Amino acid sequence: MIRKFSMALAVMLGACALTGAAKAQEVRLMCSFDLETCDVMRSLLKKYEDKHPDVHIIADGVPYAAVMESLPAQLDSGNGPDMAVITDLGSMNRFYLDLTPYVDAKYWQDNFGPYLTWYRNGPADKGIYGLQMILTVTGPIINRTLFDQANVALPGRDATMDDWAAAARKVAAATGALYPMALDRSGHRFAGPAISHGAKIFAESKPILVDEGFSTFARKFVEWNQDGTMARQVWGGKGGNAFQDAIPEFVNGQLVYYFSGSWQTTVFEHQIGSNFDWEVVPPPCGPATCTGMPGGSGLVGFKHTKHPETVASIINFLAQDDNYAEFIDRTRNVPAHAGVAAKGVDYKGSDPQVQKALKVWTEEARSLSPIAYAYQGYKNNRSMFNITVQRITQAIVGELTIDEALARAKSDLDAALKQAK
Amino acid sequence: MDRIVAPIIRAVMGIVDVPFALAQRVLGQRRIAWLFLAPNLFFFGVFAFLPIGLNFAYALTGGDQMFLAGRPYVGVDNFSVLLSCRSYFDPNSCEYDLFWRSVWNTLVFVMLQVGFMVAISLLTAIILNRDLVARGFFRAVFFFPVLLSPVVVALIWKWILQRHGVLNAVFVALGIAPVDWLLSANLAFGWSIFISVWAHMGFYTLILLAGLQAIPRDVYEAAQLDRASRFRIFRRITLPLLAPTLLVVLVLSLIKGVQTFDEIFAFTGGGPGSATTFIVQSIYHIGFAGTPRNHGLAAAASLILALVLVVLTTLQFWANKGHRHE
Repeated sequence: MIRKFSMALAVMLGACALTGAAKAQEVRLMCSFDLETCDVMRSLLKKYEDKHPDVHIIADGVPYAAVMESLPAQLDSGNGPDMAVITDLGSMNRFYLDLTPYVDAKYWQDNFGPYLTWYRNGPADKGIYGLQMILTVTGPIINRTLFDQANVALPGRDATMDDWAAAARKVAAATGALYPMALDRSGHRFAGPAISHGAKIFAESKPILVDEGFSTFARKFVEWNQDGTMARQVWGGKGGNAFQDAIPEFVNGQLVYYFSGSWQTTVFEHQIGSNFDWEVVPPPCGPATCTGMPGGSGLVGFKHTKHPETVASIINFLAQDDNYAEFIDRTRNVPAHAGVAAKGVDYKGSDPQVQKALKVWTEEARSLSPIAYAYQGYKNNRSMFNITVQRITQAIVGELTIDEALARAKSDLDAALKQAK
Repeated sequence: MDRIVAPIIRAVMGIVDVPFALAQRVLGQRRIAWLFLAPNLFFFGVFAFLPIGLNFAYALTGGDQMFLAGRPYVGVDNFSVLLSCRSYFDPNSCEYDLFWRSVWNTLVFVMLQVGFMVAISLLTAIILNRDLVARGFFRAVFFFPVLLSPVVVALIWKWILQRHGVLNAVFVALGIAPVDWLLSANLAFGWSIFISVWAHMGFYTLILLAGLQAIPRDVYEAAQLDRASRFRIFRRITLPLLAPTLLVVLVLSLIKGVQTFDEIFAFTGGGPGSATTFIVQSIYHIGFAGTPRNHGLAAAASLILALVLVVLTTLQFWANKGHRHE
């Protein structure tokens, strides 16, 4: 009797231990459902779980704003998920788990080399912190149907932003489209044309943000918002540094020229369908160059995780050629993985318009300005983006003159850098 | 039933009485009160006094770290940054101009919103106090917006007022050009006041209605016998007898007005520019939405806001006291 009882007790304890072990391998991922990456990641993570039955991954889909605002506060207080898909890559470096001890550093360096620096604290930092899930490129998308209806020729590859503005105004006038142009309310989106207009962003390796080139584009941009060339509600209708896109205006055929980025490809594929033809065109030129900005979202693990090895293993699993290629193919994005990019992605099931767009974005990613790469890789760039949005908007709505706004942007940057030390 | 329950209660009380009788013998009759207050004091301490203390600590420290251990002591630097202005009447002359814009926005908003709120609530209460057909239904209609979540209120009005919203659709149907209601600073500010009044007036109407119903009917009957005009009755009877309630409504709406955040944040996001950014949003932005997050400056700003609220609350206490004396 005692023996039977002891055996039953041993079995129960064993079951409890196994349950405990299973619980010990529970890992939480935070990702934004706005970016459509969450769903695809879930199915890839299911494959990981099938290979590792002791690991249970919970992917919490949250609004993009929660990733931007709540996640940093959670991490500051020592809480938060084990992993997250983020777009503010550099500024949260102090919370990242260094994957170097757990992954093949050479594989990561060969395939993600240029992007590893975006997650680091500075040049001295050699850690591997994040997987660049999506490489994005900012640039313009046009409503080709409206151009055709207006019988206005597309400006050529070296066309300036002024050329595009003139053409877009003609198209809007001829077709009755409400808005000739729009640029997402984001300092990141503003940066490409500003660099094309000669903005250096850094001087002697220190961030300066405002210089002659930046000011030139800022003046032009404010003027375009005031004279109706730009859809004013995108920047002028919002407060603070809140993000605002012009997707509804473009999808509804009211916008001729939309400066946004490669992540819109899948949005337009679903929302526009065959309603009208749209096309990705090269980034507009300025006196200095013709560039957009690189960017994207990355998967990082956090130091506070109880399962660093598992977290690193999951991230490494997603970084492998097959999984990464599947992710890019299904989410219709530009690959950051050098091997996958070299092989090319089929984007199975997408229409020729989408395939053409992604081809242009992929080509553009290779010819971006080094300043744009440096700006994207700078750990405090989010502060600079936010300052741009806040102050330029104030100039647009008339709270400040453009000179006052630029002066404020400079002093804001000084204060932000002092604060971030 | 009593024969069963009473002995049980007596037994329980007897058991409970033992430790408390002992505590009373040890502590004395006066100090035993602290024992009963202790649980409440503990929770107040942890969830009210401790955060207030922490807020002071954050206001006196700098850096972007969350934990106090990682934050350097900066003295009153945060207050200096906030209060450094050549002229407090011109936000552009202030070191932290966005905070002062929000202060001025709040001041103008509170003056207009409270004025409209009290006037419209009073008018509504007077109308609802009369013998109307379906009076209960109308009382419910005016109170209904109070039950809505602030975000729901904001979204409803956003759908109505955005460029392709309901109101502009009506305009277009009538052959009138659509208006960008939320692109002009003045229009957005005006709509913010309107929505705030619409959302909260039901609550104040209810308080005023209770105040009106507390006025004795015989006073009105005496005035009617004297053939006093309606306006005279309102000015000489209703208003003076309602004054204490009006004062409470005024102070409550002032406090609520200064704290305005959620519905306007969801409605305009503080824009266009900073036209509808109020103090609480400004604090939220400084502490959490901005980059880098400046918890110290946000804490200092919230202490300044707390000072304003303390003044207003004192006013409310004073108003209540005056009411009781009367």
